[in-house]
Amino acid sequence: MKDKKLEVSAIENGTVIDHIPAKALFKVISILGLDKFDKQITFGTNLDSKKLGKKAIVKLSDTFFLDKEINKIALVAPQAKLNIIRDYTVVEKKVVEVPEEIIGIAKCMNPKCITNNEKIVTRFQVVSRREVKLKCHYCEKITDQEHIEII
Amino acid sequence: MKNKSLVSITDYSKDEYLKILSLADEFEKSQDSSILKGKVVATLFFEPSTRTRLSFESAVLKMGGRVIGFSDSSSSSVTKGETLYDTIKIVSNYCDLIVMRHPLEGAARFASELTGIPVINAGDGANQHPTQTLLDLYSISKTQGTLDNLTIFMVGDLKYGRTVHSLLMAMSQFQTTFHFISPDELKMPEEYKYYLNCLGLKYAEQKDFSSNIETADIIYMTRVQKERFSDPIEYERTKNAYVLKNKMLEGTKDNMKVLHPLPRVNEIDQDVDLNPKAYYFTQALNGVFVRQAIIASILGLK
Repeated sequence: MKDKKLEVSAIENGTVIDHIPAKALFKVISILGLDKFDKQITFGTNLDSKKLGKKAIVKLSDTFFLDKEINKIALVAPQAKLNIIRDYTVVEKKVVEVPEEIIGIAKCMNPKCITNNEKIVTRFQVVSRREVKLKCHYCEKITDQEHIEII
Repeated sequence: MKNKSLVSITDYSKDEYLKILSLADEFEKSQDSSILKGKVVATLFFEPSTRTRLSFESAVLKMGGRVIGFSDSSSSSVTKGETLYDTIKIVSNYCDLIVMRHPLEGAARFASELTGIPVINAGDGANQHPTQTLLDLYSISKTQGTLDNLTIFMVGDLKYGRTVHSLLMAMSQFQTTFHFISPDELKMPEEYKYYLNCLGLKYAEQKDFSSNIETADIIYMTRVQKERFSDPIEYERTKNAYVLKNKMLEGTKDNMKVLHPLPRVNEIDQDVDLNPKAYYFTQALNGVFVRQAIIASILGLK
């Protein structure tokens, strides 16, 4: 019998984002704009993880992010880990950091917030990092991790 | 405080609260003033609030200023589809100060960032109503002679009531002891209790309103609204449990005063009105002096 296991091959150069909660994968894709990428991308999701239950992983060939850019995903995947690969070898490991202020990425979960009713760039202060909680600069209401919606 | 917008009660420091209270006291003592002569204040009420609007307008007129504005959005360009952005940009050209009430939360903060002239938030949805809080502080300070080390009982809807949340934030700077009396469905949210814990302030919670109020310096009543209950039967069961009756005031402290942001429905029985401990109507009058103080200090006239 043929071995039917699908191998996800290692990448030569690029970035591997690991420890993404499985349900946050598509949010990560949208935050990083991966749906518009032209480089090779491999996704895996609902993989077993001791830490997260089910996790997702993204491998991006020939792609390297600025910290500022990648930290945006901390909103939905605060425990994500990055492996920077060069010539099939991990040359650097990084963790994402939740920024102090989030501008223009997330939507306020309060339907009565002015930002959901006029054209306004959203702005949040991060009041909790482990379980991400965002306090809206305008309506002062809290949007928690479960309800974070990416614009 | 000159030119500084007042959007949220936390925009002001403890010293700034005290400055406003002492100014309000000055205005209360000398009613005659023309310091606002030549100034125009716009009162933009995108949702009606007769009491708050009249109180602001009275404050402006008493200081010799003039008022322009509208009292609900149906008499403004909002009905033509104008954005808040455009309304604020335009109105800014016509006045020295904007007082605004808006049904959407965060509207006043947004407005204050659009214009160089100061904005006073007269209520943005369920979020903030800082001038109400300052008039509450004034009423407490006036009746108790101090703001320090008081015991405040908050009664009714402590979950959604923005007045109790803002009052808690402001009074937490004065070593207050809080008692929260509410039905289970309308308890003080965890975030406020966490805040008090962080400051090391004492608080207690109880469901029963009839006992234990003899230690209060202030009883702050709020309305328990039917629409806040998910279960209408639960509302029927609780609606009469948080009504203050004159008889309950027996045995309370001599200095104790009953406050209420008004309007009341039935949560304070009319038989309380004649009791000298009932202070809610004077509290409403204090609103004019406090708003005079806020306007004068923001315009840099005091």
